[in-house]
Amino acid sequence: MSNVFTFSIGRKLIMSLMGLFLCAFLLVHLGINLLLIFCDTTEPFNIAANFMASNVVIKVFEIGLFGGILLHIIYAVILTIKNWFARTVGYKVGNNQQTSFFSKYMVHTASIIGIFLILHLMDFYVKAKFLGGATSVTYEDGKTFHDLGALVIARFHIGWVVMVYIVALLGLGFHLIHGFQSAFQTIGLNHPVYTPIIKGLGLFYSVVVAAGFMAIPIVVYFFK
Amino acid sequence: MDLTLKIWRQENAAAKGRFETYKVTNISPDCSFLEMLDILNQQMIENQITLPVCFDNDCREGICGMCGLYINGRPHGPDKGVTTCQLHMRKFKNGDTIVIEPWRARPFPVIKDLVVDRSAFDKIIEAGGYISVSTGGVPDANSIPVPKKKADVAMDAAACIGCGACVASCKNASAMLFVSAKVSHFANLPQGKVEAKERVKNMVAKMDELGFGNCTNTGACEAECPKEISISHIARMNREFFAAKIL
Ligand code: HEM
Ligand code: FES
Repeated sequence: MSNVFTFSIGRKLIMSLMGLFLCAFLLVHLGINLLLIFCDTTEPFNIAANFMASNVVIKVFEIGLFGGILLHIIYAVILTIKNWFARTVGYKVGNNQQTSFFSKYMVHTASIIGIFLILHLMDFYVKAKFLGGATSVTYEDGKTFHDLGALVIARFHIGWVVMVYIVALLGLGFHLIHGFQSAFQTIGLNHPVYTPIIKGLGLFYSVVVAAGFMAIPIVVYFFK
Repeated sequence: MDLTLKIWRQENAAAKGRFETYKVTNISPDCSFLEMLDILNQQMIENQITLPVCFDNDCREGICGMCGLYINGRPHGPDKGVTTCQLHMRKFKNGDTIVIEPWRARPFPVIKDLVVDRSAFDKIIEAGGYISVSTGGVPDANSIPVPKKKADVAMDAAACIGCGACVASCKNASAMLFVSAKVSHFANLPQGKVEAKERVKNMVAKMDELGFGNCTNTGACEAECPKEISISHIARMNREFFAAKIL
């Protein structure tokens, strides 16, 4: 076990496990965010978001999440640099015709996600948590919450913010179309029957996640 | 057929190479790609234009794996499931320009023109791609029972001829398909099981050490492999590796 992560395959294992962990996180994140556009008031979203921000179990997961993102990125950078060094002289006609489309752009889509991640965290997470950017709201039962819903809705009334989110989410979707099924192959799960199903599931998941998250700024901008 | 060839010329490993353009005329569509190059070299020798183009080849029937050429952006050219020596000129059109390059990967340095040093693959095999048994009399066939399914998988993996097209086609210059074919071949057979753990650890370590890239599951290798070896062997190697390292 000791030095498994000094091996190429060991590093890929970390990347794929963290990637799948992030995929699971995105589903929870999406579920909560959709409350914003499917409910008439921001109350359900605020209750859910405040629960996520205060619950102890969730806090442990949050540390895991940041650690996961960090590990995924660190190993991605190591692998990518090593891959560049593996071919220092390129081809004259090297168009990678047989390379699957989305796998060619993993570094590009990852860079978009990476930059977006910083902006996104600054926008909401840091603002609400450390800068007191969220006002308080009290509901009928007398409990007081951070009004994160109002913060989000205010942001999504700015045109360029909405555009940034759409571009970033396209990047995320493309990253996941390759990434989701690639993770299973890396873990060693390849099967004549199940692999095509996993690929289909990955495509479905990527479209749902990208389109679902994209719907939020768009709906807020036009209708809320 | 009349063709324009753009061929990588490089005097030796240390020299800086360049592309040179040559014309060949009257090529029969039934020629193999290597025969077409033979005709080109014949012309060069007879007319004393330049030194002939060096390229590797041996069996010329798709079994030795020597004849790797990167043709118009694809290892072993445009045909599927064949080596360069089995590629026919009828796959090209009269008047075509064909760009011919050597394999490009840091562990495969160019020796001369289109010839690369593929001994990195030999080093990976030396690290564990064998079964250590003392030789003796030939054992009876079927004295060790092998289930048909496993025998088939092992046989598919054993079809690898070590040509290096997987490395050449991979955007990461990864050798995972080659290494996994060897690991998978032995791991499926009772004779290979005994040393399976040591084998996969040592071969992967050697592959990393030699500077091959990391697999990102792009699928290019299995599409370009002249023996059509499947990336399911890569998944099997990963399983074998995790079982050896973690369990
Ligand atoms: C929500 C965020 C993200 C998710 C859900 C995610 C998911 C995944 C998954 C599942 C894989 C496949 C892993 C494998 O086959 O081993 C992957 C690969 C990769 N990820 Fe991410 N990722 C995310 C963010 C990022 C970020 C921020 C970066 C870098 C800045 C990044 C860089 C990469 C790279 C370079 C690969 C490998 C490319 C390849 O296998 O072809 N990812 N990602
Ligand atoms: S020369 Fe032997 S495989 Fe082509």
